[in-house]
Amino acid sequence: MNKESKKSVLIRLLKYITVNFKVPLIIIVIAIVVSSICHVFGQLFIETLIDDYITPLINVENPVLIPLFKAIGFMGFVYLIGVLCTFLYSRLVVKVAQGSLKLIRNEMFEHMSTLPIKYFDDNNHGDIMSYYINDTDALRDMISQSIPNGISNGVIIIFTFISMLTLNVFLTIAIIIGVFIMLKVAKYVGSKSSKYFLLRQKSVAKVNGYIEEMITGQKVIQVFTHEEVAKKDFDKLNEELFENTKNADMFANMLMPIMANIGYLIYVLIAIFGGILALKTNTLSIGAIASFLLLTRSFTMHINQLSQQYNSIALALAGASRIFALLDEKSEENDGTIVLVNVEKDEFGNLKEVNNYTGLWAWKDPTSATLVELKGDIQFKNVDFSYIGNKKVLQDINLYAKSGQKIALVGATGAGKTTITNLINRFYDIDEGTILYDGIDIKKINKKDLRKSLGMVLQDVNLFTGTIMENLRYGRKDATDEECIKVSILANAHSFIEKLPNGYNTMITDNGENISQGQRQLLSIARCALNNPPVMILDEATSSIDTRTEKEIQDGMDKLMEGRTVFVIAHRLSTVRNSKAIIVLENGKIIERGDHETLLAEKGKYYQLYTGAFELE
Amino acid sequence: MIKTILKSVREYKKMSILTPIFITLEVILDALIPILMTKIIDDGINASNMNVIFTVGGILVLASIFSLLFGYLSSKYASIASSGFAKNLRHDMYYKIQDYSFSNIEKFSSSSLVTRLTTDVNNVQMTYQMLIRIAIRTPLMFIFSLLLVFSINTNLAIVFLIIAPILAFCLFYIANKAHPMFESVFKTYDNLNNRVQENVQGIRVVKSYVQEETEVKKFNKISNKIYETFLKAERLVCLNTPIMRLCIYSSIVIIAYLGSQYVISGTITTGQLTGVITYAAQILNSLMMLSMIYVTCIISLPSMERIVEVLNVTPNIKNPNNPLMEVNDGSIQFKDVTFCYSKDKPVLKNINLTINSGEMVGIIGGIGSSKSTLVNLIPRLYDVTTGSILVGNNNVKDYDIKTLRDSVAIVLQKNVLFSGSIADNLRWGNKNATMAELKKVCDIACCSEFLDKLPNGYDTYIDQGGTNVSGGQKQRLCIARALLKKPKIIILDDSTSAVDTKTDAYIRKSFKEYIPNVTKIIIAQRISSVEQCDRVIVLDNGEVVDFDTPQNLLKNNKIYQEVYYSQVKGSASNE
Repeated sequence: MNKESKKSVLIRLLKYITVNFKVPLIIIVIAIVVSSICHVFGQLFIETLIDDYITPLINVENPVLIPLFKAIGFMGFVYLIGVLCTFLYSRLVVKVAQGSLKLIRNEMFEHMSTLPIKYFDDNNHGDIMSYYINDTDALRDMISQSIPNGISNGVIIIFTFISMLTLNVFLTIAIIIGVFIMLKVAKYVGSKSSKYFLLRQKSVAKVNGYIEEMITGQKVIQVFTHEEVAKKDFDKLNEELFENTKNADMFANMLMPIMANIGYLIYVLIAIFGGILALKTNTLSIGAIASFLLLTRSFTMHINQLSQQYNSIALALAGASRIFALLDEKSEENDGTIVLVNVEKDEFGNLKEVNNYTGLWAWKDPTSATLVELKGDIQFKNVDFSYIGNKKVLQDINLYAKSGQKIALVGATGAGKTTITNLINRFYDIDEGTILYDGIDIKKINKKDLRKSLGMVLQDVNLFTGTIMENLRYGRKDATDEECIKVSILANAHSFIEKLPNGYNTMITDNGENISQGQRQLLSIARCALNNPPVMILDEATSSIDTRTEKEIQDGMDKLMEGRTVFVIAHRLSTVRNSKAIIVLENGKIIERGDHETLLAEKGKYYQLYTGAFELE
Repeated sequence: MIKTILKSVREYKKMSILTPIFITLEVILDALIPILMTKIIDDGINASNMNVIFTVGGILVLASIFSLLFGYLSSKYASIASSGFAKNLRHDMYYKIQDYSFSNIEKFSSSSLVTRLTTDVNNVQMTYQMLIRIAIRTPLMFIFSLLLVFSINTNLAIVFLIIAPILAFCLFYIANKAHPMFESVFKTYDNLNNRVQENVQGIRVVKSYVQEETEVKKFNKISNKIYETFLKAERLVCLNTPIMRLCIYSSIVIIAYLGSQYVISGTITTGQLTGVITYAAQILNSLMMLSMIYVTCIISLPSMERIVEVLNVTPNIKNPNNPLMEVNDGSIQFKDVTFCYSKDKPVLKNINLTINSGEMVGIIGGIGSSKSTLVNLIPRLYDVTTGSILVGNNNVKDYDIKTLRDSVAIVLQKNVLFSGSIADNLRWGNKNATMAELKKVCDIACCSEFLDKLPNGYDTYIDQGGTNVSGGQKQRLCIARALLKKPKIIILDDSTSAVDTKTDAYIRKSFKEYIPNVTKIIIAQRISSVEQCDRVIVLDNGEVVDFDTPQNLLKNNKIYQEVYYSQVKGSASNE
């Protein structure tokens, strides 16, 4: 990060906090200032106590101690205020720090859920996760420690400085020169330390990445008896991490003694200068030089403390800039106005909008108030699409799925099958052409309503922490237990769920590590079925289910697909055989289409794919 | 436990001992310096004695130069010692894991092994550094300062003897109370992490079910919980500073009260009085440090436990004494083999099989019929529970493990490519393989057709986890990699599931053509993958139901027929 962006991130961060916590912040600043003043006052007052109250009484017969005790009482009183203010601001700082973190976390997550799929496809998931933990943690350290420390040290430094100035201008200038050197040194050591700190972060990432890759592939390493090589490579990275950690720590640790000792040197110099001034020129009282020396100590000590915050602030700003980058990502646009409404039909077949669930739906254009019945007709007209630049992934795609038809997409990996399904629900937007849903351009439909009308079952099943029942209900919170069990029976998931120790109340954790991939797919099918969508997309939805089980669930699947428009992508051609139309894709273009028999008769690519196994005989 | 961990200090022992020594010297100087500073005021300035200012100032400069030197050395040695210790810990754990058997690995999940090697080592490193730097320094500072106060005035020292225990009690009380709260914060953090991960990975599901709002609500709930627990814990901890100040301030006030009377009566000087007040902060601050060390130690204890768990595993598959260094041929024999992952639950029962060298054998069976387990026993990835397995007429336990595994190439079901070029990945099979050899195995495994189309060919970089090649391509590369070992036996554990049927058939055909003498074992879901095998093993529930030619099985075996007709019937009726 350069200086400019550091500054702007800091300003933005401070603004963010001030806007949300104005009153507590004002109180905090006042409390810190008061407590710091009390602190400095207490220190200075000891000199007054000695000079004005104690020294005059030395060697006095029957001294009157009352004024001395009063003065000590007063000092105690000031200290008490200091303690109270410290208590007050410590407590408030915790609230502001935690409160800001909560706000930032919630805002990040809320914003993240509005981002387009592209964001998640393009960014490393581990990086996104670290915004929520590591980066907010760095912020916490800064808000709850560096900022209060900075203010309090700053206040003390200013007060000490002013007191020094009133005592002697010449010596103060000498101190400024000393402190200037101190800061230069601090900056040098600090920049060395942050250089190695960055290197260390990189090494850590490298070593962690290597460990993760190797441990995940540990079984393969053993199968290939690759252990020795893996050890050697690891040692190299490990050594590099050691070097960088060592240097980063060394410079960070050194800062404190270096600064402290420069402080001592300044002290000695001031003592000598002051001594000369006081003794030779008589421009300075002996008491004044003594207090000045005390101030010098406190001054350099607090400068030292202030400089220790350097690293934590740099870390927090780096974190904040990543968080702000996430918050600045552009949300998915959703300017479609056509919405989905519940309708009922009167005896003449006319549609009427109602507010309760009827099982019948219609697209409503709020401007003209026209209703179009939701049927599930999907049409692609001359669709072109590319993920990046002009590298076309799909070219001139034309296809038509009438309500209730099963359409299969077949082709090699990378042919563009999944891409087509990503376009229907507008996870990505097309470059050219149009996609029509019941005759309406999907760009005019509100994305949420569009997606509600489409059911997706993907190859990689994502389940959420919660019971099986909760996972089934994912799309429809109001579904009854009976409905959930009914779809589970349909998807053939019921029998294995029943066998689980807690049945439908079994907890799913870690994306369902406790059940097999095939069982996850069955759950995913049931989850989709419960939503009762008019259009379903099955993308390798049964790939992990063995053929015997697949045969068993075939009836259920057929029943499930009845009356729905279904897009099927499957590797196993036995799954797509009974489709109304099979579309064969190659390099983003449709090269063949037709039903199973016609395509076999054509003896083209489909024939080759289908009969591949037998051809060699 | 601590003994096991400290074994990894090794060459950094010297540094670990030198660090506290230098720190001690630094502390002595640090404690001396304030005395010299007061001396300058008392005997120099107040006594108007320039000579004292110069001499004491000179000593002070010397002291601070030495203090700087010791500070530098102790920082340097502390950093080397702690990061070296961490390096050794990682090294020891990693090497240990390399010796793990499959069942050892399975005891830990891989993500937990990763955490142990990274986060846990990091925690221990920080604690170690803190211990060698501060754990000695702080008590020394405390004792030293207290002794100095005693030397000035016993009565004033007693003030500390009263206040210090009170403060210590408060600090440790807070630390003990707060620790479990922080533990629960971290647990909630895990939940939050989990939530975010689920949403990031499952974003397609969230969006297609239009559940963004519910997910936000769920997230906010956890986020609020973190806020509340954290607030509670930190509110407790934030009492530290005011309590600390209260103690320092009250001791100053009491000392001022008592001390001023001693000064007036002439028992101590004013300089001594300010000296004692300076020590007040030092003495009480060192208590604060001690409580910090205490907390750090509590936090890192579980990390240490987790590290020791990794280090204390004894690998349960070891090389025999006087191992056989050569495998004669690719024949395999199972003799009364039973295998259990956990006690008394056999997943393979009474397996007796004889596979001839050069034979192509298929294995079919439903989910949970232990097909993978059966083949994993051949290269001794697991040891049989009872019975024995012979490869090339010798018990697998008598071979050198490397020799055995190089001769028995297994392509695992859950296979992995590593980051690096395709050629690098292939050369896992044989690091000295020539380009011609690479090309040959790629031809056999049908990789050449897509490799030739890649702009960088064999130099194409594979991302971590092999995400930039398709599932089918990955499987074919893994087969090629295994072939490069020139094995006597090759095992494909469902390794062509993502390869289309045509390519699948080509691979089997070239197996027959190019490596006729290698024993080939093929586990498959697809009937077409085993149809051309010499013989097929039908497994059901961990038992061999049948082992015969595909033709005979089609006639006699019910399971085989069932699978066959579910997959082939449709096309058979068409043709």
